[in-house]
Amino acid sequence: MDFIRQVLVITRKDLRAELRTKEAINASLAFALVILVLFSFAFDPTADQTREMSGGLLWIVFAFAGTLVLNRSFARELPNDCLDALVAAPISGGALFLGKALANFVLVMAVELVSLPVFGIFYNVHWTSRFWSLLLVLALGTWGLTVIGTIFSALTVNIRLRELMAPLLVYPMLIPALMSAMQLSMDLIAGKPLGGENEIWLRLLVAFDVIFTALSLLLLETVLVG
Amino acid sequence: MTAVAAEGVWKFFGDYPALRDVKLGAEQGACLALIGRNGAGKTTLLRIIGGFSKAARGQVRILGCDPRETETRRRVGWIGHGISVYDELSAFENLSLFGRLYNLPNPRKTAMEWLERTGLERAKDGLVREFSRGMRQRLAVARAFLHQPSVLLLDEPFTALDDRAIAVLQRLLQDALVAGRTVVMSTHQLREALELATHVALLNRGKIAFHGERTPEMVADPGWVYAHYGEG
Repeated sequence: MDFIRQVLVITRKDLRAELRTKEAINASLAFALVILVLFSFAFDPTADQTREMSGGLLWIVFAFAGTLVLNRSFARELPNDCLDALVAAPISGGALFLGKALANFVLVMAVELVSLPVFGIFYNVHWTSRFWSLLLVLALGTWGLTVIGTIFSALTVNIRLRELMAPLLVYPMLIPALMSAMQLSMDLIAGKPLGGENEIWLRLLVAFDVIFTALSLLLLETVLVG
Repeated sequence: MTAVAAEGVWKFFGDYPALRDVKLGAEQGACLALIGRNGAGKTTLLRIIGGFSKAARGQVRILGCDPRETETRRRVGWIGHGISVYDELSAFENLSLFGRLYNLPNPRKTAMEWLERTGLERAKDGLVREFSRGMRQRLAVARAFLHQPSVLLLDEPFTALDDRAIAVLQRLLQDALVAGRTVVMSTHQLREALELATHVALLNRGKIAFHGERTPEMVADPGWVYAHYGEG
């Protein structure tokens, strides 16, 4: 119970701080919308072509926009040395990680849920036919992105070039999750159901989330204290 | 009982030994002033004692336990170079947050009590980013004392404090010592520190040059320890 309470305290603190400044979410949302709109003007694909590229386009935008939120996750603890106070507090590294990851998940999901209708309008794509399945894939893909982004945000927090280093480390690690999420999103937007030939991608995405969540829960203490 | 003990502690930054075989102890109820020139290793030692970084060699114990154990951390208060409170939260939200993290029975009530003790009750809903430097420092002091720690680790606690914040901190430290708490503080403000200290340790280039009880000579002349045991 203590663990869950501590996780929620950290999540609430991060969300409250972000909603007061709106630094990361505004930048992330603006980036996602601008890229989606610019690409819609740059290309003039047919309906079939749009469906084929939808997964890739969406997840590249989500991954880049998400990094803007995730980079800030531990960096926001640096002013006033707030990270010291968290490291000194009697909470486990796992609770700190999960609290931050949950807050990041909420923020990145919010950006994605605002971006999706914009994508539908500008690309003339009917993306709601498999809405609940798509939401599940979004949640799984976003959790994978969030977990990797949060742990690497901790890893690079004391590096001066962290804004550059974090994405360089995060994107290669994300390849399996991004490939799965892209493939599944493309199928769902094309109207195919989950399961059958795309089940392997779903399994891969779930396995990625489980493995990296477990590793991050175990490693955060070592990452922060050594 | 020894509240804080460091035994044979070494720390390297690259090849440079920032701490060299440091042996140090503070009994329960003692106030140890850790003094030394810039770069002597005071902050490095305090951060190792606080569990923020690990020693290359040697061992640190707080109340007989490892500094990183959850129960040990519950009993330690820390003031570092930064104020360690969030600019985007109000004073009350900051203290309530740390009250919850330290699992206090009534974090909101405790937060209000500490805001009153540090003279910040009227600014409780103001965001920290709007506070003056003195107010921010007093809030940092309240944050460190909030959970009634048995051991206080203070890194340059008097630096950049205004008169009122110095008075608040000195009063709180005196109360803490009367209550049998242990204080270890690194400082350059020798006069303020030696008024409170029961013991003094002088670090010189990562080595303990002197460790013993504070004497009347030290209070009369804050430079006395440097003159007798330092590099001059």
